[in-house]
Amino acid sequence: MKFTGTDQYVATEDLKVAVNAAATLRRPLLIKGEPGTGKTVLANEVAEAFGMELIEWHIKSTTKAQQGLYEYDAVSRLRDSQLGDEKVKDIKNYIKKGKLWEAFERDKTPVLLIDEIDKADIEFPNDLLLELDRMEFHVYETGETIKAKNRPIVIITSNNEKELPDAFLRRCFFHFIKFPEPETMKDIIQVHYPDIQQALVKEALGVFFDLREVPGLKKKPSTSELLDWLKLLMAEELPLEVLKSKDPNKLIPPLHGALLKNEQDVHLFERLAFMNRRQNG
Amino acid sequence: MFVKFFYALKESGLPVSIKEYLTLMEALKAGCSNYSVDDFYYLSRSVFVKDETKLDKFDRVFGKTFEGIEFIADDETAEIPEEWLKKMAELYLTPEEMEEIQSLGDWDEIMETLKKRLEEQEKRHQGGNKWIGTAGKSPFGAYGYNPEGVRIGQKEGRHGRAFKVWDKREYKNLDDSVELGTRNIKVALKKLRQFARQGEASELDLDGTIRSTAHNGFLDIKMVPERHNAVKVLIFFDVGGSMDPYIKLCEELFSAARTEFKHLEFFYFHNCLYERVWKDNVRRHNETTPTMDVLHKYPHDYKIIFVGDASMSPYEITYPGGSVEHWNEEAGDVWMKRVTNIYQKAVWLNPVPEEHWQYSQSIQLLKELMDNRMYPLNLGGIDQAVKALR
Repeated sequence: MKFTGTDQYVATEDLKVAVNAAATLRRPLLIKGEPGTGKTVLANEVAEAFGMELIEWHIKSTTKAQQGLYEYDAVSRLRDSQLGDEKVKDIKNYIKKGKLWEAFERDKTPVLLIDEIDKADIEFPNDLLLELDRMEFHVYETGETIKAKNRPIVIITSNNEKELPDAFLRRCFFHFIKFPEPETMKDIIQVHYPDIQQALVKEALGVFFDLREVPGLKKKPSTSELLDWLKLLMAEELPLEVLKSKDPNKLIPPLHGALLKNEQDVHLFERLAFMNRRQNG
Repeated sequence: MFVKFFYALKESGLPVSIKEYLTLMEALKAGCSNYSVDDFYYLSRSVFVKDETKLDKFDRVFGKTFEGIEFIADDETAEIPEEWLKKMAELYLTPEEMEEIQSLGDWDEIMETLKKRLEEQEKRHQGGNKWIGTAGKSPFGAYGYNPEGVRIGQKEGRHGRAFKVWDKREYKNLDDSVELGTRNIKVALKKLRQFARQGEASELDLDGTIRSTAHNGFLDIKMVPERHNAVKVLIFFDVGGSMDPYIKLCEELFSAARTEFKHLEFFYFHNCLYERVWKDNVRRHNETTPTMDVLHKYPHDYKIIFVGDASMSPYEITYPGGSVEHWNEEAGDVWMKRVTNIYQKAVWLNPVPEEHWQYSQSIQLLKELMDNRMYPLNLGGIDQAVKALR
């Protein structure tokens, strides 16, 4: 069982090693990287490559660790007891399974994605230490212990908004997805748009990497933005000359809305383009 | 062999533990690395490094251990950009000297001359001029030299001690992505939490439900909003000049505070609070906020934290026009009093060790202005400060 990337996903050598190590030892794999470099997609692709089911757990600021295990719905039990429902006699009817529990009881090894773990409270990762380490937890209401039938492959993504506790980090493999080199980027585009014109790719990549160099951008465009932009360029069937033109009057790339996502960046870019034009003129 | 590698990592300051070492052994045993050096490198990297800022250090240690490359650059010396040195050379050497040395064409020689010049400079300044900074804390501070800016035209200021600095100076923005060591600070800041129930009612109020059920005779479910940390904090950071040695410490505090408080606002100032503050150090000369606006905007229940070394000429606090950077119509103490009058909960965190405070007039002055609520910027100090803020 080796992960070698898929026909939808270009994996670098170091990423493959990290994924394989995590999959072999069944330890969580923590993935960090610039937004839009394919952190979340990785879990999809790993699941597909190994032919496993993907269970996704998206974390929000209000998510509690307990919700991943199970939730006990006391309110509806209380209500049922008033109405004299038969269900009320068995507490199990009111225990809702969480994503982790789901992953633990699968007959075949699943891939569990814990997406954007840094969004939650700082205690969140600590609350999952034991559960992820031993892959088991205790349900107090029924007194049973849930143990993973097959240790799932756990992939955790983080955007670095909060620091993760050391004890948690020690139990993970870690991989930082670097921003792809122009060469890798070409492969990635090839994988997504097999019939794209090579000339368009070349020009677009030129514009794209230039744009990333612009100092002071709030959000540098990343791979996912580039792919969206290319899709637009192809859909609009713009003539290649528009990208090629070094005409200072048209310094802002066509359909730049796909690349620059906030108005300050667009302003900044327009200003720079304007200054540039004045220098040249 | 791997044990040696492990200890080399540990020595270089990477936070590695035995748990990770065992994981590596386990992974090797399971055949994850295919016996190739590249794979082993990737594997050990993903086991030992948990933070992308440490990747570089790891690479250097790996290189040293497995290739016999002897050089692991010391961070402290490596971080001084050539720019500074060049500026320094320009500053301390006359143009003729520069030309002479440059005609010899050797950069090392320029540095050598510069070093000698600086040694002389140090002797000359041993009168204990205040503006020199925190004696010997930074490699340049001791020489009265600010590494990030050049003081040109050192005309003596109107009060004899401070110098007007008109040159534009750029300061580092505090980086809130510092990871190491912030957790301790966070735990200390946590005590400042004030829980309040606001917003949508989404939690079962057990007591309320029982009470109203008993009262009404039918099940009457009551909900309450979830508890949130409602504390509001306004931080003023001193930047530049004598604060340079403390940048790391301030970054850690900033990083911790930023994740701990939902309502957190911050502004920068230089040395003492005057009529203007700013949010971005790069554009500080163009984009400033009047301090009056800040005082009007944030209600009195905000908690104020000043972070600064409070080390300056006393004139900068007590006299109008005392600022080293601009002409201030009103003295610094007027502004400090305004702040403390509006906000009852205010503290000053000072990175200068507490033992040294009594020797500095300006620290004493500001401490008085803050009603003694000045605390050292370390864990103990933050603890005390949090108590004062509650």
